[in-house]
Amino acid sequence: MRHTISLLLENEAGALSRVAALFSARGYNIESLTVAPTQDPTMSRMTIVTRGSDGVIEQITKQLNKLIDVIKLVDLTEGTNIERELLLLKVKAATNNQREEIKRLVDIFGGRIIDVGEANYTIELTGKCGKIDAFIKAIEEPLIIEVVRSGVSGISRGNKSLHI
Amino acid sequence: MASETERLTGAEILIRCLAAEGVEFVFGYPGGSVLHIYDALFKQDKIQHILVRHEQGATHAADGYARSTGKPGVVLVTSGPGATNAVTGIATAYMDSIPMVVITGQVPTFLIGNDAFQEVDSVGITRPCVKHNFLIDDVKKLASTIKKAFFIATSGRQGPVVIDIPKDITAHFADFVYPETMEMRSYKPIVVGHPGQIRKAAELILSAKRPMIYTGGGVISANASEQLIEFTRLLGYPITQTLMGLGSYPATDSQFVGMLGMHGTYEANMGMHESDVLIAIGARFDDRVTGDLPKFCPDAKIIHIDVDPSSISKTVRVDIPIVGSVEQVLQDLINAIRDTGQKPNADALSTWWMQINAWRAKNCLRYDRNSELIKPQFVIEKLYEVTQGDAFITSDVGQHQMFAAQFYKFDKPRRWINSGGLGTMGFGLPAAMGVQLAYPNAPVVCITGEASIQMCIQELSTCKQFDLPIKVVNLNNRYMGMVRQWQEMFYDKRYSHSYMDALPDFVKLAESYGHVGLSITKPADVEGALREALAIKDRLVFMDFIIDQTENVYPMVTAGKGQHEMLERELA
Ligand SMILES: Cc1ncc(C[n+]2csc(CCOP(=O)(O)OP(=O)(O)O)c2C)c(N)n1
Repeated sequence: MRHTISLLLENEAGALSRVAALFSARGYNIESLTVAPTQDPTMSRMTIVTRGSDGVIEQITKQLNKLIDVIKLVDLTEGTNIERELLLLKVKAATNNQREEIKRLVDIFGGRIIDVGEANYTIELTGKCGKIDAFIKAIEEPLIIEVVRSGVSGISRGNKSLHI
Repeated sequence: MASETERLTGAEILIRCLAAEGVEFVFGYPGGSVLHIYDALFKQDKIQHILVRHEQGATHAADGYARSTGKPGVVLVTSGPGATNAVTGIATAYMDSIPMVVITGQVPTFLIGNDAFQEVDSVGITRPCVKHNFLIDDVKKLASTIKKAFFIATSGRQGPVVIDIPKDITAHFADFVYPETMEMRSYKPIVVGHPGQIRKAAELILSAKRPMIYTGGGVISANASEQLIEFTRLLGYPITQTLMGLGSYPATDSQFVGMLGMHGTYEANMGMHESDVLIAIGARFDDRVTGDLPKFCPDAKIIHIDVDPSSISKTVRVDIPIVGSVEQVLQDLINAIRDTGQKPNADALSTWWMQINAWRAKNCLRYDRNSELIKPQFVIEKLYEVTQGDAFITSDVGQHQMFAAQFYKFDKPRRWINSGGLGTMGFGLPAAMGVQLAYPNAPVVCITGEASIQMCIQELSTCKQFDLPIKVVNLNNRYMGMVRQWQEMFYDKRYSHSYMDALPDFVKLAESYGHVGLSITKPADVEGALREALAIKDRLVFMDFIIDQTENVYPMVTAGKGQHEMLERELA
């Protein structure tokens, strides 16, 4: 099953590579991984999307917790959560037809055109993975020049939070 | 009076920190990146530096010191090849959860990343085989990082920690303050087990009809022998131990049914397989223990006590996990059992012991005692007699290791020193150096094979320099015996490259290093040679026992078999 695991880790050199190395050394799969500092510059927040049986996910969370740099961890999948991904997409927009069609799709999906080139548009879209997938699918493939996805960031709903 | 802080160089700070940690020995080898540190070592007399002949030897020696004393072993090596040579020993310690602090020199900060002379990414290379590692980027962080390193290495599930120190930092100055204590928000090992789980475990334990206690190296790490003995005697249940666990319960006690696993005793493996309640303590259900997983302990409800949550339900699903320090949890469990006012089921237990004794009667460790050739088992039995079971035994890896584990009955913890998890040939001799330094007057015996001993044989020179009167028992079968055994059994006797051709004359070799060498070729001479060697208290004695080349280790659980499906020795 797909799980979204969120962690707080020390903002130490090498912390990210410890996490990445753990996944490769133990043969766990990473679908996406995002990381950036929090309001406290000594701490980073990481979101990992992974897949595995219950046993594997249990081991993943235990092994992550065992890393000295990991301060706290929560499996967001266990409660209700909000997940968002950012997409930056560059598409061909040479003809009027193409421009119209793309604008229409961007409106439907609630994205924005953030850069207009001579023959291309750059689009920004945030949403759940599935929405991003659907948007990319909706664009005719030959029009796509570049796809940049941030990977998933996650947070739990309501009163629940991951903090120290 | 205001205390004045001293301004010291990084090198001096390092040495002062080690002294503050109570470090007696540093096992090391110098080189460019650590010259400032060596200079600081030269100018002090608190810490003794043991100069090895290869950095692998330094790590195993520190490891042997740690295993035998429970204190962390300390290693100091230079950058590049010094660090890479140390990796095998670091991985060995990691697999067996041995506390160790390894200082690796690094090229100066401004050269890092330039492919400088003797630069290697030591933090990267060691990452998968350390509990944690650090690269120091500021001399001001040195003391607190060293404190952290010792704290991490010696707490929770113990293990090696590497500190990589660039050369320029060892020359920079900082005020020296060594923190008294260490708190880390990201690292808080669990000590006390969950009381509810402990109560549940106590009930399950008392309801058992065919119980088995199975313990591993975790009991030894936690210094929990006393609690284990009390727990086991209180219940009267049979106990088996892993290769790493031997000694934490007296092997001469009638409740001990021997080692379990691939070369475990018949009674231990059958007892595991038939058990209805399995109490696993500080053990990790390693593949060498479980055999084929689907066939493992089919009827057992399993209780697992371990300090490392990730050990629990990793390979075998358990019913009652208890995370905590083994020593603490065992004590709480003993109290919980007492509090119930109940006793184990005496009738069921006596039936169970009858069954176990029937298995025991098979005498699964039998071997040909009338052989004209020296049998390795016979040497170990005689060694046990001659040392009255009270020596420190280190071993290498192979058949000799298994014979030592099967035939030397360890009654005390920290007496059996071997590389269980990584199975590192070359471990035995340097490990014995660490043990002998820690216990200068105790008999320390390295049981080895002619292949293993040659992997770190250069340390005979270290033994000479530091007058370490180790006794080497070389079970010389002119084969990589364990490899030959597998080739005999599974590769139709095609002995591909397992023959040790062109062996040195070990007696002369030992003598050339300044030691005593003995060659023993007849069973009748075994005991005499051992007595003679052990009577020599101030010299290293290398005993080269020319043994039967064909002997194999039994019982054996082969690949894909359940623990109850053992091959046994056939005797004429
Ligand atoms: C460093 C290393 N290389 C290879 C092996 C694989 N191996 C395991 S046992 C063994 C043979 C050991 O031979 P010897 O030391 O003579 O002991 P014996 O089995 O004959 O008692 C080998 C090669 C190992 N364990 N460690």
